[in-house]
Amino acid sequence: MFDVTAIRKDFPILSRKVNGRQLVYLDNAATSQKPQQVIDCIVDYYSSYNANIHRGVHALSQEATDVYEASRKKIQTHFGIAKPHEVIFTSGTTHGINIVANGFASILSTGDEIIVSQLEHHSNIVPWQMLCKTTGAILRVIPMNQEGGLDMDAYQELLCSKTKLVFVNHISNTLGTINPIEFMTQKAHQVGAAILIDGAQSCSHIKPDLAVLDCDFYVTSAHKMCGPTGVGMLYGKEAWLEKLPPFQGGGEMIDQVTFEQTTYAGLPHKFEAGTPNVCGGIAFGAAIDYLNAIGFDAIAKHEEALLDYATKKLLAIDGLKIYGTTKEKTSVISFNIEGIHPYDIGTIVDKLGVAVRTGQHCTQPIMDFFNISGTVRASFAFYNTIEEIDIFVAAVERAKMMLS
Amino acid sequence: MTIKAIQEELIEEFAMFDDWMQRYEYMIDLGKSLPLIDKQNKTDDRVIKGCQSKVWLDAELKGDKMVFSADSDAIITKGIIAILIRTFNNQTPSAILNSNTDFIDQIGLKEHLSATRANGLTSMIKKLKLYATAYQAKLNS
Ligand SMILES: Cc1ncc(COP(=O)(O)O)c(C=O)c1O
Repeated sequence: MFDVTAIRKDFPILSRKVNGRQLVYLDNAATSQKPQQVIDCIVDYYSSYNANIHRGVHALSQEATDVYEASRKKIQTHFGIAKPHEVIFTSGTTHGINIVANGFASILSTGDEIIVSQLEHHSNIVPWQMLCKTTGAILRVIPMNQEGGLDMDAYQELLCSKTKLVFVNHISNTLGTINPIEFMTQKAHQVGAAILIDGAQSCSHIKPDLAVLDCDFYVTSAHKMCGPTGVGMLYGKEAWLEKLPPFQGGGEMIDQVTFEQTTYAGLPHKFEAGTPNVCGGIAFGAAIDYLNAIGFDAIAKHEEALLDYATKKLLAIDGLKIYGTTKEKTSVISFNIEGIHPYDIGTIVDKLGVAVRTGQHCTQPIMDFFNISGTVRASFAFYNTIEEIDIFVAAVERAKMMLS
Repeated sequence: MTIKAIQEELIEEFAMFDDWMQRYEYMIDLGKSLPLIDKQNKTDDRVIKGCQSKVWLDAELKGDKMVFSADSDAIITKGIIAILIRTFNNQTPSAILNSNTDFIDQIGLKEHLSATRANGLTSMIKKLKLYATAYQAKLNS
């Protein structure tokens, strides 16, 4: 049974006060809060078996290696990945994207094309622009529509034999739009292109089955799904990972080293240079265990109820406009109130204890599309409640009164 | 009134309120009394960067005194700039350059601003003083 009151007790931070008021945390798209189970896992690692991994003969090193590798297997199982060495530990989504972009530098040549969507996060546009600059490839953009969805007709027109890579986020961090990644993957494969999916925003809401999805690469960050910051994962199909050159040089990623030549270690170590974030990797596994114990169906159901309730209540406020109105969306609401700057709303609701984000959310192309300078964004997680949404909406109403 | 005296006045005004919601309300009111910059003067060289919101700031010399006007697309930002302008308006460039802005800490304003707004506040003070430096040079020449 999904019991939000019991779940909230797992998150110590949710009981704290800010500005003298009970915290209402609605900035989950930026980062999620951490349950005691994950915090305990981190403390336990450093208290009981901290050691460097993969290289020691001693017991502690063996123990840490075993738990770390077990965590890789948890990630593998969770995401429906065929082989454990197709899971590469990274420092996060951005790192994973850069590994792929760097790898494609040796594959692309002048005139090749890369397709990205208009809904992308800045951190995901820049690596492709850099890649195009170094290779002479051309960047094509799938346009969005008024609802905040991607134009699939335009996408199919962009795809051609020159397309080498498609990059799209599963869910838009600004609008909550769920993109049709199954369809997009099929279409990309029909022209022989690879597809990389950014799961930073989806992994806390949806459990993807990558075996069924059949995408070539998938990246995410642990901190968006109740895990710690500074760790994430890159999934790549074995054949692709074999083909791509390593991103960074260093310890762990080599087989033989002489001054004449170095041969690289096999997967996954080829992409895991240096001592990894051992604790983070282990805690990532603990976060996945935690979410699965609650269950993704229950999470989705609760979040949908929060989204519906909040959408209705917000729309009752005169002059309030929501950006991102596709039928398929997650629990993210971006909005503005006519004549009021989003920054002002964010400031007042913060004083009332409510944490939301304001600004462009690292997605200037979306802001340009709607011709706005920014929005207020509230993003809900499974540990949020209907009561919290009442507090949030009352805070927005109060802000509106003060500011107009 | 001297800059110091106006600053003391502001500290007293803000001390009258019990909580920060009321202080924000007061700041919003102060923003409404801001001497507005002319539309045609809202040019890029008068914009202050470093805020999520935009701020335009202009200054003129009337006799030996500085007269400021400004605007912002965010109303709380307008309040902040109004507080600064109230202390500096109708003062000589040298009085402005010799003043400090410690009163902002005494009001408690800085610690109650988000990091981006605090940066914006610092940029505003810089720009105000830059105008004063320029007009001081003009008066001296
Ligand atoms: C859709 C999307 N992609 C990528 C990122 C970047 O993730 P990270 O900063 O963890 O690398 C984010 C984070 O906000 C995001 O929302």
